[in-house]
Amino acid sequence: MSLTRGAPRADAARAGAVVLTDVVKRYGRGPGAVTALDGVSLDVAPGSFTCLLGASGCGKSTLLSLVAGLDGLTSGSIDDVERPVAMMFQESALFPWLTVAGNVELALRVKGVGRAERRRRAAELLDTVRLSGFADKRPHELSGGMRQRVALARALAQDASVLLMDEPFGALDAMTRDLLHDELERIWRERGLTVLFVTHNVREAVRLGDRVVLLSSRPGRVLHEYDVDLERPRRIDSTPVANLAAEITDALREEVSRHAG
Amino acid sequence: MPVEVKEPSRELSGLDELERTPATETRWGRFASRLWAGTWPKVLALALVIGAWQLVFLSGRWDPWVLPSPLATWQELAAYAATPGYWEAIVITMQRALTGFALSVAIGSVLGIAVARFKPLRAAIGSLITGLQTMPSIMWFPLAILLFKISESAILFVVVLGAVPSIANGIISGIDYVPPGWKRVGAVLGMRGFQLYRHVILPATLPSFVSGLKQGWAFAWRSLMAGELLVIVAGQGSIGALMQGAREFNDAPRVITWIVTVLVVGILVDAVFRFADNRIRSSWGLNQDQ
Repeated sequence: MSLTRGAPRADAARAGAVVLTDVVKRYGRGPGAVTALDGVSLDVAPGSFTCLLGASGCGKSTLLSLVAGLDGLTSGSIDDVERPVAMMFQESALFPWLTVAGNVELALRVKGVGRAERRRRAAELLDTVRLSGFADKRPHELSGGMRQRVALARALAQDASVLLMDEPFGALDAMTRDLLHDELERIWRERGLTVLFVTHNVREAVRLGDRVVLLSSRPGRVLHEYDVDLERPRRIDSTPVANLAAEITDALREEVSRHAG
Repeated sequence: MPVEVKEPSRELSGLDELERTPATETRWGRFASRLWAGTWPKVLALALVIGAWQLVFLSGRWDPWVLPSPLATWQELAAYAATPGYWEAIVITMQRALTGFALSVAIGSVLGIAVARFKPLRAAIGSLITGLQTMPSIMWFPLAILLFKISESAILFVVVLGAVPSIANGIISGIDYVPPGWKRVGAVLGMRGFQLYRHVILPATLPSFVSGLKQGWAFAWRSLMAGELLVIVAGQGSIGALMQGAREFNDAPRVITWIVTVLVVGILVDAVFRFADNRIRSSWGLNQDQ
């Protein structure tokens, strides 16, 4: 909690870096133990957008839980993370007993922000995700994409420099996902966030990331890292995105077939 | 400040705009048709019951002073309901019921949270609570009378014993089934211990808590009726006491009048719980298929 509350974000001193060194995560003990992550090292620069890509079961989500501090690591270290970090999941996990604004305010309430200030900030954040007219709605009255916008606003309310996203658009249709990519890119740039974005959608990773990290499955290791030097704003259906995605898909396919065979 | 909800702007509407529920402009029309759909089967059922009763009465199997006709019972009910004694009895009984229920809610809630929270406590008394729930509350009266004599306390004791397990179980299962995703969000937002309970776990148990309350009320009400028939406190003309009195005077219409009264009270209270339950369900979006 080194952030000065209420100060404009640009002036606030932020680390925003995430450095993982030889991170190992094992579940269980003895012969039945499962190694989810095996020596993952990753250096995430402040303000960068990193996509973690891999087949299911490669420990992508485990990695995020470790960075968030929701789970302890078996060995290795994670440094420079200012906690609590903000996090978003595939399901929006909005609380049905609160209104849309109430859900966003809750993040502020936990931090001890006063009522009037909460109201003001929540309205601001809903405006950021373009849901100003929906403050008094209940989550179930919104579409899936809108619910993820609210979840994003709630995550932003935490005012953390690091935002972890665990397949946040995985359950949405392609068109809605496309719109949310644009929104996320805009917000990321405006706020200078460090984003760690987990997905199994290769094109999505190339569309969004400065860097795409390919993880192997069982145990999870860093297989390849790709720097995405494509000009922003990108389109998910543009040729450069498609070409790089095809290259990564081949590598991913090889990795998957190695396991399936 | 209510903001006019405009049609969602273009940048908002992906394909998934289609999945939103349309605005409910026909709210009143829907309410009326739902009311009618809920009413006519009840009216029909009532007519059938009264018709069957009338037939049994006409068959002459029982003498009219044992089994009166529906009409005679109705006349008795109407005349009796015009006397203050009838209403006083209802007030006395409802006071007992509400006191017992309020006490049960307080004890049951604390007990439920404690059992859900502390593992050893659950191991110790978790199954005991369920066991108590299956026990007919009338079993407690001999002990209650020994402990508290013929008194209000004896009745209250049994009412509380009857209702507490249901209420506690409602909370326990509510806490057990809080979706893990919600708890994870709580943790991500930095909630610990009490805060997590206050902002996530307890609100999340609300539907389960309400169904526990509903069941708890049913047990409390049954225990109370059993108690009032057995434990007749001098000077307290409660429903049970007056009903027992009517039986002693072979006043069948009056006995049936009380049965009907108790039934009606039960239905009214159930309607209150159902209303609360429906409110929660619709504001949580749990019954969108209707």
